[in-house]
Order: sequence, then C-alpha cells, then structure tokens
Amino acid sequence: MKTINLKVNGKIIEKTVEDNTILASFLRDQLNLTGTHIGCDTSQCGACVVHLDGKSVKSCSILAADANGSEVVTIEGLSQNGKLHVVQEAFKKHHGLQCGYCTPGMVMSAVDLLKNNKNPSDEEIRKGLEGNICRCTGYQNIVAAVKSAAGKL
Amino acid sequence: MIGSKVERKEDKKFLTGKGRYTADINLHNQSYAVFIRSPHARAKIKSVDASKAKKLPGVIDVLTAKELQEDKIGGLIAGWKIMSQDGTEMKCPPHPALAGDSVNYVGDHVAIVIAETLQQAKDAADAVQVDYKVLKAVVSTKDAMNSESIYESIPKNLCFDWLLGDKAKTEQAFSGADKVVKLDITNNRLVPNAMEPRAAIGDYNPSSEELTLYTTSQNPHLSRLVISAFNAVHPEHKFRVIAPDVGGGFGSKIYPYAEDVVVAWAAKRLQRPVKWVCERTESFLSDCHGRDHVTHCELAVKKDGTILGLKVDTIANLGGYASLFATVTPTYLYGPLVLGLYNIPVAYCNVKGVFTNTAPVDAYRGAGRPEATYMIERLVDKAAKEIGMDRAEFRKRNFIKQFPHQQCLVHNIDSGDYIAHLNKALDLADYKNFEKRKAESRSRGKLRGIGFSTYIEACGIAPSAAVMSLGCGVGLWESAEIRFNPTGNISVFTGTHSHGQSHDTTFAQIVSDKLGVPIENIELIHGDTDKGPFGMGTYGSRSLAVGGTAIVKACDKIVDKGKKVAAKMLEVSPNDIDFKNGEFIVPNSNKKKTIGEIAFACYVPGTYGEVKSPLPEGVEPGLKETAFYDPVNFSFPAGSHICEVEIDPDTGETKVVTYTCVDDFGNLINPMIVEGQIHGGLAQGIGQALYENAYYDETGQLVTASYMDYCMPRADNFPEFRIGYTCTPATSNPLGVKGCGEAGAIASPPAVMNAVVDAIGTEISMPATSEKVWRAVNEKSKTKSKAA
Repeated sequence: MKTINLKVNGKIIEKTVEDNTILASFLRDQLNLTGTHIGCDTSQCGACVVHLDGKSVKSCSILAADANGSEVVTIEGLSQNGKLHVVQEAFKKHHGLQCGYCTPGMVMSAVDLLKNNKNPSDEEIRKGLEGNICRCTGYQNIVAAVKSAAGKL
Repeated sequence: MIGSKVERKEDKKFLTGKGRYTADINLHNQSYAVFIRSPHARAKIKSVDASKAKKLPGVIDVLTAKELQEDKIGGLIAGWKIMSQDGTEMKCPPHPALAGDSVNYVGDHVAIVIAETLQQAKDAADAVQVDYKVLKAVVSTKDAMNSESIYESIPKNLCFDWLLGDKAKTEQAFSGADKVVKLDITNNRLVPNAMEPRAAIGDYNPSSEELTLYTTSQNPHLSRLVISAFNAVHPEHKFRVIAPDVGGGFGSKIYPYAEDVVVAWAAKRLQRPVKWVCERTESFLSDCHGRDHVTHCELAVKKDGTILGLKVDTIANLGGYASLFATVTPTYLYGPLVLGLYNIPVAYCNVKGVFTNTAPVDAYRGAGRPEATYMIERLVDKAAKEIGMDRAEFRKRNFIKQFPHQQCLVHNIDSGDYIAHLNKALDLADYKNFEKRKAESRSRGKLRGIGFSTYIEACGIAPSAAVMSLGCGVGLWESAEIRFNPTGNISVFTGTHSHGQSHDTTFAQIVSDKLGVPIENIELIHGDTDKGPFGMGTYGSRSLAVGGTAIVKACDKIVDKGKKVAAKMLEVSPNDIDFKNGEFIVPNSNKKKTIGEIAFACYVPGTYGEVKSPLPEGVEPGLKETAFYDPVNFSFPAGSHICEVEIDPDTGETKVVTYTCVDDFGNLINPMIVEGQIHGGLAQGIGQALYENAYYDETGQLVTASYMDYCMPRADNFPEFRIGYTCTPATSNPLGVKGCGEAGAIASPPAVMNAVVDAIGTEISMPATSEKVWRAVNEKSKTKSKAA
C-alpha cells in the first residue's frame, strides 16, 4: 500500500493504493472517473488514454503509485465550464463516435496529437491515432474531426 | 428533420466521459466474480475441488454445475430449429451454463468464484482444482465430419444437413451450360471485438423478490425471456434486465450468454449483488465468433455470359455448442442470399452445420449474408474472367431488372435498380481509366488490381409468419410507445437497442417530423425491460425498418386521437381537422390547437366552471399510444462496391488505395449517421479480407487471443472511402427505408479479394496478409519461370 498525492482534473487528491493498482483502475474505482475505459489487457486499444503531466499515456500501463506527484487530466476534465473542448465539439460535428466506448481515449490522444502538430495531414492523423482502436467508425469521421480541430487548440 | 444531417443527441455524454456502461455501475455491497474456464479444447471433467479456494480470504462462494442442478437452472438454447434434408431435426448437445461432465472449447465456463474483491476472486480462482481427462480435439471445419464424434448422440459431429433449392433441376441446368466455373473458398473465422468487453451485474432484492440483471446486451427483452423461460432463473414479471450504454455489439451481444445466466442466478442464490467484467483475452475465448465456412460452389454459364444455375455446398462451423442464432445464421440468413442480385433461374444450397471444439459461432455483422456475398461475388468475378467478359458487364447482364422479383429460392425482392448503382460506382471509381493507373503502378514496380462487389442483403428482420414457418422460436416484430407528457414533451420507447447505431437521434427525427415537436423535447428510452414494452432488440439492420415503422404507427395513433380531441375543442367534426407541423387546424379558418395544447387537454379532462371537458364521449384521458409492427416482407438494400489495391510484390503488402461504394438503402433519415454505418462496416469487411483471423491450432488453442495476435484494423489501414447513393424506396414499410448497418461488412470482403486476385493473378484466401500475398506472388513467378 502506498499513499499518493496527485492532481486530477484540477483537484488535489490524496489516496492510498495497492502497489499493483494500475492508474486506469485507480481513476475508475477510487475516483469514480469511469470515463476512462478499459478495452484490452495488452495496452493495445487505447480506450484508457489520459494525460499525465500534459502527455497522453495509456493509463493501463502505469501504476497509480508511479503517478504520485503528477497531474492527470481525464476525459471528464477536458471540457471547461460546461463547454465542450474544441476536439470534443469536432467529434460531435463530424460524427466521430458511435458506441462511445473508445471515444474518451481517442479524444485524449487526438488532443495530444494536435498539441504537437498544429496542422497534421490525413496520413499523420491516421498514424498518430494508430494506438487507438475503434470498431465502429472506420476512423474516417475521426480523421475528419481531428483535421477540423487542427489549429484551434 | 427526416433527411437532414442532425448532430447526435447521444454524443455529449460519451464525449465527456459520462456514458454509463455496465462496468461503470457499482452497487452497494457488491461482490466480484471470476469465471473458471477450461484450458482444454475437449476434456472430461473428473472433479472440481473448490475446498481450498473457499477458505481463502474474502471468498464468498464457488459455484459449479452441482449447484446449478440443485437450483434446477436450465441450459442455454438454440432458438431456431433447422430440419435436415432427410426430414430429421437438427441435433444439438446440452449446453449447461456451467459445464457438467465435459468441456468443449478453450474458455468453456466451468465454475464461478465470488469474493469481496476482484483480486480475492482471482486469487481464489487459481486455487480451484479442476481435474480434466484431456481428449483429442476436433478443430477443423473441413474435417469435422470425418473426426471422432464430440458428442455420443451426434454422429459425424453433424448438427444438420440442410438443403435449400432443387438439386435435380440445378443439375439439369448445368448439363446445358457452355462453361461450368468452380471455386473452393473459405470464409475465415472472426472475433467480433466490440470495444466494450461483456459484463454483467446481478442484483436481487429480497424484499420485493425482484431480480435485476445489468448486462451488455443488444436485446434485453429477449435475454429476460430466455433466462426466465429456459434457464428458469426467475419469473419474467419479477425480473428486470437493463442494458445501459453498450459499447458496440456487432451481433455478439444479441443473445444471453452463460455468464448472464450464472451471474443473475448467483446474485439470487447469495442474495448479494454479483459483478463480473470480462477481460479481453477472456472475451476472445468466450464471445461468440463469426463466419467460418468452407464452401465449394459452381456456376453454370452460357458463352454470352448468361448465368444458368448455381450450386453451393458449404460446411459451417458452429463451434462447441449451438448458440442462440447459430443454426439460422448459416442457413436461412445465408442460403437464400447465395443468388446475390442476379437473375439465376435455378440453384441449390446445401449446408452442413458441424460441431467442433472451438468457441460457439453465431451472428456477426451481416450474419450469413457476408458469407453468401463473398461466395457469389468471388464466383461471378471468376466466371467473367473465364469467359473473357468485362466483370462489370457480366454483372449487368445478369442483374435482376424487373421488380418485384421472386427469386428461385426464397425472397421476393420489392425494389431496386442495380444498373443505376453500378454505373454510378463505375463513374465515381473512374473505372475507365483503371488501366492507366495500373500501368503507372507497374512503372513503380507495384501490382494494381480492381475488384467489384455488387451485393444484396435481406434486412428488416423479420416477418414473423415467414420466420416462424422456417423454424424460428419467436416472432420478430417490434414495438414502440409514444408517451406525451402533460407538459408537451415526449418519451418514446422502443424495443430495439442502440449501441452505436444512433437511435436516439434517428428515431427522434422521425417523431419530430411526424408530430411537429422540436427534437430536443423528444427522448428515446430503450434498454430497460421495466420501462418500455417487450421488443426484439437490434440486429439484422432491423431497427429502423421494423422499430422505426412501429414508431410511425404509434405517432399515427397519437394524431388520430389528437384529431378527435381537437375536433371537440374546436367544435367541428374530426374529419374537418388536418394535422400539420404540430398543429391541428381547420382548413380555411383560423381555428387551431397545437399538439402541446391537445396533450395537456388530454391529461386535464374534467369539466370545471365554464370550461367543458375537451374529451369527446368515450375517449380515454391521457395521450399515450403503443404500436407493434410485424413487417410484411424483408427489405433489400443493395449496392455496388469497387476496390482498388496496390501490392508490393517484394513485401506482399497490400494497400487499399481507393474504395468506392454506391448503396441503395431506400430513403435516408440521417445521411451523416448512415455514412458512419457504412464506414464502420467497411472497416470490418476490409479487416476480414486483409487482417483479421481467429486461428485455432490443432489442439484447439486459440492462438489469436489478444490484440497482440489478432490484427484489428487501425486508422492507418484505410484510405478515405468514396461514398454515393441511389434510392429506390422500400415498399414494405411506410418510411421507405431498407437498413444500412451491415452493408459495408457484407459487400467489402469480396470487393477487396477480387482486387487482390486481379492484381496477383492467382487465388488466395482471406485474410490476404503480406506473408500470404508474398508467397502467392513468388509461387506464381516460380511457376512462370519454370514454364518458360
């Protein structure tokens, strides 16, 4: 067991966690932030992507204990004052989601991608989202959404 | 609203992490369950010893087949009876919810361990001793009938030997053919892989004696019915099944699984909530798989390209047990469709359904229709090439051109214009310049190929009279209820279930147009058996054609009643009232009432003071109407897909460079949503053709049981799809809609594979992985150089 202090979606958190608790489970089970989803057990699907100190990470491959002292932003922390983030808005406008299960991870990855590349080509977007699996959309509208949000962050 | 690209009502919650999937739900005092699964494909269970596990910290109980029997919990069922051609009924083995004396695939459910925490349940599961006597597994689809019988009562592992069509007449047609084109093909086994793994939570209320099951279902009412009537877990009227947000289904969540039955029963037995969430590898092992056919087919053609007849002989792998729709998928959802959209005068389709020691195979996006389309489209392509005709022209010559058209097997196709969508697709794909592009690819050392797939599917499942006469255990109508609330907003209930299909938006668009109420004042409610009327769920591209029609009918009833009330209030006859844009009006007058005023009046029917009751005599208060709609026919979406691939002969890498589709789905309610459905279907179909394959080794171990080993298509695997439409409205429903959810997955595998075969000039099976393509290209060039 370990006591950890971290900032999650702007809130200071202090919790005790088991040594083997992954960040994804910590967020879901101890903070009730169930927007972070778990879609696989091999760090392949990307449904659990969150931002750790400003960078996208698969929260299934990080121990909660290792996030001690970090700042975490989950999908719940992306929209501000009830207003959707520009990437969330773009996903809505371009029908970039269907069942919604991969969406939180996809959006968090897309935000990070656009932070690092202000004007990505379609190919760069597709390559950039290669770590997020979506079974519903065929990716086309996701690419369109990300493209339309480029430069607006 | 109808026909507009309305943004989705359901998006905001999903985009902000507020979706509520089964795994997100936590109940007070809940316990955690882990299933113990067979590591062997085929074995006798000699003993299960849980004594050690039960003593571990936090363990509440370990339940096995013994406890199931104590409580008289029934097994899982096959819901569609298939008759063999010799007149005998299909043979299915018992399918207990927890294995009794044998296990029949890797992942077969043996016991459930329930503990205070998930970790404790996992630890205890490791301590349960199951003693197996391992037997030789039957794995191969092709060899199943020549292998040892898995079940004593089922010789040759044969569930059914089903025949559709006239074999003698087909043989006769073949004797007059100029050419008989033959093809052996395999339709590879797939894992549906909805991104949300299955999950279930059982919750028993000892006070009210009500049992609630939260589950990842496409079909909560059917789950409740089956788990009540066949598994005998709890009576239907005290049993509530809730399928909250569900993260994709693609068929794999249509039916109740053993885990649903066991979790519901365990919660009742232990009188505590029991939560189970599937892990991905567990999901690979235990979700129903799709496809897995081995087929020999022959086409009889005349020199001029006219098709004279078709023979299809298929072996369909059902897996270790017959799942709920396992027997209909390779028969009635497959056989009638082998004719494609061609005018084929005579045909037969023989399907042998076989058991093997693999996960059960059931409906997966398209269910039977992708297998049929793959067969006929690959065969037609080969036939055109063998008689030296352009593949598009060959198709056009044989298209059905008059409607309605009674096919020689089952279906009566109401509408279509196949030449229209093929011509449009040829333009959009710039077919006439293909040779130039091919030459350009060649100049870069690449092989380019083009492939066609002109397809038809039977959707809007399904007319009850038709399906029940063919062996289905239930009717496949749909229900709807429109509940006007006194303040004028509307709750719409549907028996279908949305798990990505966007019903909240599409159905609200329909109600908004029908009743003239703004879309934001309409809420769709589904997925809870305690809320809406009984319904049949979502699959087979049925929700709009059948469920949407039920909604239209319920809206019509609302308007009828509204007219009566408006007439009384406006002091005219109901025949003098028109309803338009949410208003009941008396033409050529200024007399009118809004539908909101009528709804309010219906809930405030008394006479007080000067105000007379607005309700005519005999009219009940309230404004709520229910409709059940049983379709008169299937609907028949069709379309033309054209794929171009470029292959690197040095690496075998196959790239889909362009993909064009022109589909006829009848009328479109929301083109944005329809497009999304096409994209998703295409990704799954192209995935089947190039990437995905569920592979069992000879001992029955699933080698591809994770995303490390099973190749899921990713964003960089696809080009931007080119999409077009033609429209011949369906005549079988008032919306004129045909269904669009499965088309992409049905049409695309043959389009891609025909392109690959065109590029490399030799047959190849799905998935056309780089290795396989490289080998095929090399094999061919070796043969060529030897010949030279």
